[in-house]
Amino acid sequence: MPLHIVVCAGIVPDPLQTLEPITGPNGPALKNEMMLPAVLDPWAASALYEGANLAGKNQGSRLWLVSLGPKAKLQQVLMTIAQKVSFELFAVDSPSGGFADAHATAAALSEAIAAIPGLDNSRLLLFGGWESASRGAGVTLQIIGERLGITDQFMGVDQIDFREDGSFEVLERVEGGRHQVSVCSGAPAVLGWATGNLPEPRNNPQIGMANMRTVMPALQKAKLAALSNGSLQYLSASLPAQQRQTRVVKDMPPEAIAQELAEWIGGE
Amino acid sequence: MPESILVLTHTDESGLLTKCSLETVSAGKELAERLAAPLTIGIIAAEPTSAAQALRGCKARVLSVCGEVFAQARYATDVAGCEALYKATDATLILAPQSSRIARVAAGFANRIAGSIDTHINSIRSTDSVEVSRWFYRQRIEASMTRSARPWILLIEGGVYPAFTPGEGEVLPEKILVELPEIHTTVIGTRAPAQDAQTIRPDARMLFVAGAGWTKKQPDGEVHTSQAGDLILTFLDRTGASLGSSKSLVDQGGDGQPVLPFLTHMNQVGQTGSTPRHPRGLATCCHGEEPHVVGWRFISERRAISLDPNCGWTRGKADVVYVADAFKVMAQLNELLGSKA
Repeated sequence: MPLHIVVCAGIVPDPLQTLEPITGPNGPALKNEMMLPAVLDPWAASALYEGANLAGKNQGSRLWLVSLGPKAKLQQVLMTIAQKVSFELFAVDSPSGGFADAHATAAALSEAIAAIPGLDNSRLLLFGGWESASRGAGVTLQIIGERLGITDQFMGVDQIDFREDGSFEVLERVEGGRHQVSVCSGAPAVLGWATGNLPEPRNNPQIGMANMRTVMPALQKAKLAALSNGSLQYLSASLPAQQRQTRVVKDMPPEAIAQELAEWIGGE
Repeated sequence: MPESILVLTHTDESGLLTKCSLETVSAGKELAERLAAPLTIGIIAAEPTSAAQALRGCKARVLSVCGEVFAQARYATDVAGCEALYKATDATLILAPQSSRIARVAAGFANRIAGSIDTHINSIRSTDSVEVSRWFYRQRIEASMTRSARPWILLIEGGVYPAFTPGEGEVLPEKILVELPEIHTTVIGTRAPAQDAQTIRPDARMLFVAGAGWTKKQPDGEVHTSQAGDLILTFLDRTGASLGSSKSLVDQGGDGQPVLPFLTHMNQVGQTGSTPRHPRGLATCCHGEEPHVVGWRFISERRAISLDPNCGWTRGKADVVYVADAFKVMAQLNELLGSKA
């Protein structure tokens, strides 16, 4: 059955960058945010790779990547991502970041998705990360789903298996390192992905060339969206102040280290 | 504006209120007392009467949405249940546990009631207004904030408040009718990852973090993945510790490199993994920011074994770093732990 898969994926600072909060005109922000190298949000990237895999298995399926962020940063990240899987881009030009309100982000994204030409809601699978690496709230995707009228939602998804009748089995992460197994009768549905099971695809310049033919025009057409924080007011944003006095133990034989650790483990 | 508080709770497979739910009850009770606000507790359960006994002495109105459809966690029914409980109270502040069941539906619920939501809350203060704190950028920046709009839903992280301890008396929950939607999803059950033993133990006293060094070449020029696996599993068996892993170690499976067969992405801690809460943590063969900064943000006592004396990521993050070969130390440690057993 051909599917219409829409993947919502934002961009976040490269995880290895040092982050420092500052107070901007609209609340907290990151110091030198526009200078920090960015990557596609890791859990949303899992969603993109899983979506591309699923679209490849279901002939006639289409895959859209919907991303909200500053146009220049999106372009930088897409130069890499576009080489991994085929997709059609829908971009929303907007300042993004962890301190933006998820409600406003969800409203802008749901409007962008509703405006995708040719999107068939009865075949729609809305993918994204179950949480972002910036705000990490796990809110945006659910609200988009609600705004689009989708009442089958799954979060922390690691696996989806489609059946011939269009239904699918889905594995969601629950407490204690287990998965909840559910069967949904079919699209439309929202799936917030955890890591899934697929490795990151290798860069393929041919896919990149094909994607860039549509990515650049899509970026040029990206509509500007101003995100309001509504009633949300930040009072402070700071790095954790606590620094531990680390005792570095060198030249201690393994037996002595083991003894010390055993006492520590056994102690109350 | 006078506040009124609704605490949403749910049961586990045994039909009892989850620990996380009881912690949220404590949070709600404390906040209600500070604000002098009425407190209502809502239970989502197949059969709420026995579960409600955990709320004896709570001095709150107790409501429930019940029936077989609430025996399992499912978006369509749970969001309808939350909505019905809210409509029965018109609360301004709604507190709920940050559990997989509630996290699946809370934002959708917020949208339905035209409310706001903030998740992963680790503290609530109330002076002139209600202020909350949470982490951003994967536990790297902590911010406090407030909202003037109501209703405001807050999901409370586990381990922040003590679980509510029941008192005397009997609780009879009022049953609230729910307008159920058409159900398209059937919950089959739960499945543990395919591995010999469950290595993720949320209630363990210790987190053992395995880094990629376990599968790298050792001083003899060979990799010893099988030995590494034995050492780690023996340690877990003898201590009851929970196993966490760095992303690079878990990812090796996808890259065709030697792997520890019992590891899955579920074990991953850090930027794209979990941030578990345990009293103690021991990191081994980790070199990198994620396990030390993000993965064990909520670990109280932290020690590490690393061959790299210059590993800057542990400095200021761990209490003790042993510069040593983890293979040798863990072998000795397992022997000691075995002799004590």
